Amino acid sequence: MPLFNTIIVGLKEVWTHKFRSFLTMLGIILGVASLVGMSAIIKGMENGMKEAMVAMGGADKVLLEQQDVPVEQEHLADQAPGRTMADVQALKQTAPLLRVISPEMGVNNVLLTRGEKTAMPSECVGVWPAVVEMNMHTLEHGRFFTEIDEEQASPVCVIGTGIRDELFGSPEQVGREIVPVGEIIEINSQPFTIVGMFERYEGERDKKERELAKLKPREELAGPSRQRGWGGKGNWAFQRKNMTIYMPLNTAWIRFRAAGDKDGIPDPRLSDIDLKVEDLGELESALQQARNVLMLTHRGIEDFGFRTQENQLESINQQIRNARMSGGVIAAISLLVGGIGIMNIMLASINERIREIGICKAVGATGLSVFTQVLIESMVIATLGAVLGVVASFGFVRILDMVMPTANSPVITPGAMLIAVAFSIGVGIVAGLFPAFKAARLHPIQALRYE
Amino acid sequence: MALVELRNVSKIYQLGGEEIRALDDVSLDIESGEFISIIGPSGSGKSTLMHILGCLDSPSKGTICLDGVMIQDASARQLAAIRNRKIGFVFQFFNLLPKLNVTQNVELPMIYSGIGSAERKKRALAALESVDLVNRAKHRPSQLSGGQQQRVAIARALVNDPKIIFADEPTGNLDSHTGDAILTLFRRLSQSGRTIVLVTHDPEIAAVTPRRIEIRDGKIAVKVDLTLAGLAGGRRNPDGAEPPKPA
Repeated sequence: MPLFNTIIVGLKEVWTHKFRSFLTMLGIILGVASLVGMSAIIKGMENGMKEAMVAMGGADKVLLEQQDVPVEQEHLADQAPGRTMADVQALKQTAPLLRVISPEMGVNNVLLTRGEKTAMPSECVGVWPAVVEMNMHTLEHGRFFTEIDEEQASPVCVIGTGIRDELFGSPEQVGREIVPVGEIIEINSQPFTIVGMFERYEGERDKKERELAKLKPREELAGPSRQRGWGGKGNWAFQRKNMTIYMPLNTAWIRFRAAGDKDGIPDPRLSDIDLKVEDLGELESALQQARNVLMLTHRGIEDFGFRTQENQLESINQQIRNARMSGGVIAAISLLVGGIGIMNIMLASINERIREIGICKAVGATGLSVFTQVLIESMVIATLGAVLGVVASFGFVRILDMVMPTANSPVITPGAMLIAVAFSIGVGIVAGLFPAFKAARLHPIQALRYE
Repeated sequence: MALVELRNVSKIYQLGGEEIRALDDVSLDIESGEFISIIGPSGSGKSTLMHILGCLDSPSKGTICLDGVMIQDASARQLAAIRNRKIGFVFQFFNLLPKLNVTQNVELPMIYSGIGSAERKKRALAALESVDLVNRAKHRPSQLSGGQQQRVAIARALVNDPKIIFADEPTGNLDSHTGDAILTLFRRLSQSGRTIVLVTHDPEIAAVTPRRIEIRDGKIAVKVDLTLAGLAGGRRNPDGAEPPKPA
């Protein structure tokens, strides 16, 4: 019996029992939809994580982290110097494999004020100009700090657009872009002049949405606008980056640190030292070089460690793998359940058709042709279910997107669809094997006599 | 050589340790072109005999030669091929597939012998023509009367041009008038040279065939062969035609 014919007969059989077939398919539909949907969500997560990683400084950024001293040095723990400007100067002069070194001195508990308006920055740090390259900032308006600003510890700052939005109003609210360069704001009551502003950082998707919104006429708001939800849309990494305020390192030191911290003793430690290496291929030797220098400045106390973005990438991949694995197993189980449903219905269906099978055998159907007939029918159900499931997964992802509007919008991948469809067809075949075998083995006389 | 040669065929069933001989050492020859009936009350073994003759079942003992091929040890697959090409069945309950229309039902055996769809259509229509049902080609079996359904079944039995046709109580589910029409059809087929085996419990129906075999308790009890006696036909011979001579 030609294959095409068999498939047509299988489709007819499915069509004859529309409702029953649909219910059977539902198992496969849901299984495929959950598999494709799940992998779409994970793909979205992965995209979000990678986007965030780039927003935080790209793959060649290395964080010099403060760490607990190793066990054998525990008795020296109170002498651990921490990361200071001495490290930065030493690295700068003696570690040629490092391209960029960016020290950061953070100021905690900062409140920015301008008149009535206040804002809480995500980070307020004193930096060298190297930070622009380090964190991949783009200055859109004004200028960055100069040597003179650094030397004189001038009260100047560069802000992200998020801070501008809160202190001066966002373009969406006022209808035009405010460039606050030259304006004075207060950082914990100390007046600072804004000398520059970064561009607005956002994910690809938000950018598109914003540009689309620009084209539409703005709705007139009655009364002041209110914040809705917390933080609204957008990747947290971009929001954080937009809420940055930078000042010269020396300014941070003199105005916020030197005045005394605990017990009137200024804390010389930096909050961060970030490095970029000359050549990613020589990452290992560059880090070894940096380690050697730092071991000297830290008098052999190993209270630091390196954290490369490669580690981070690895950990992102690990998380994605885990999520994929657990989600995949769950979806596979639901597909298996769907397969059991198919087997159930195929058994019921051949039981109903024992006489028919007997007739076919009497006119010359071999066991093999009955076997393929039943198997193909089960495959037809599974395949139809899989196709409908793929369609359903688009709807499913759409709904998810509406329910949880995050920047990590789910992305349906062709690979996931392919795997889901292939797997469910496989399930259909396996589920059909036993009923098909049972049907093929029916004795023609007993089948013909069956009432 | 006869078309079918049955030699010392037995069919033995084991039922709870008890041995039941449905057929007991039966020998029988059927010549090509014969019109023969097998009579017997229910449980006599006539159905078993027909199943074995029709390659639906294998004997426990003995040999069968169909069209020059020994088939007592054939596999299920070989039996299926023989049923497909050399044998046509007509059943008491018509046994048409309810989901297929008349043409598709008639095409069914050809599907299993791998005949292309254009050829199938042509031959199915020709077979329907021979039973006067071309005008019902697109109907479903459920839209036809019993007699029409049985004619479709006969068309299906004929369509692969089989060597021999088995009819198992073909009139059992029909009123006597329709039944007569079916028997007339069989007679016509017989006259055109078909080999037909009619299985029935009703001696009156069996009377239409020139040769009759009566089965009792798995054994051939009585053989009547009017072809030899020259008394062919019977009281149920509406058109009074002479039965064909065995080939």
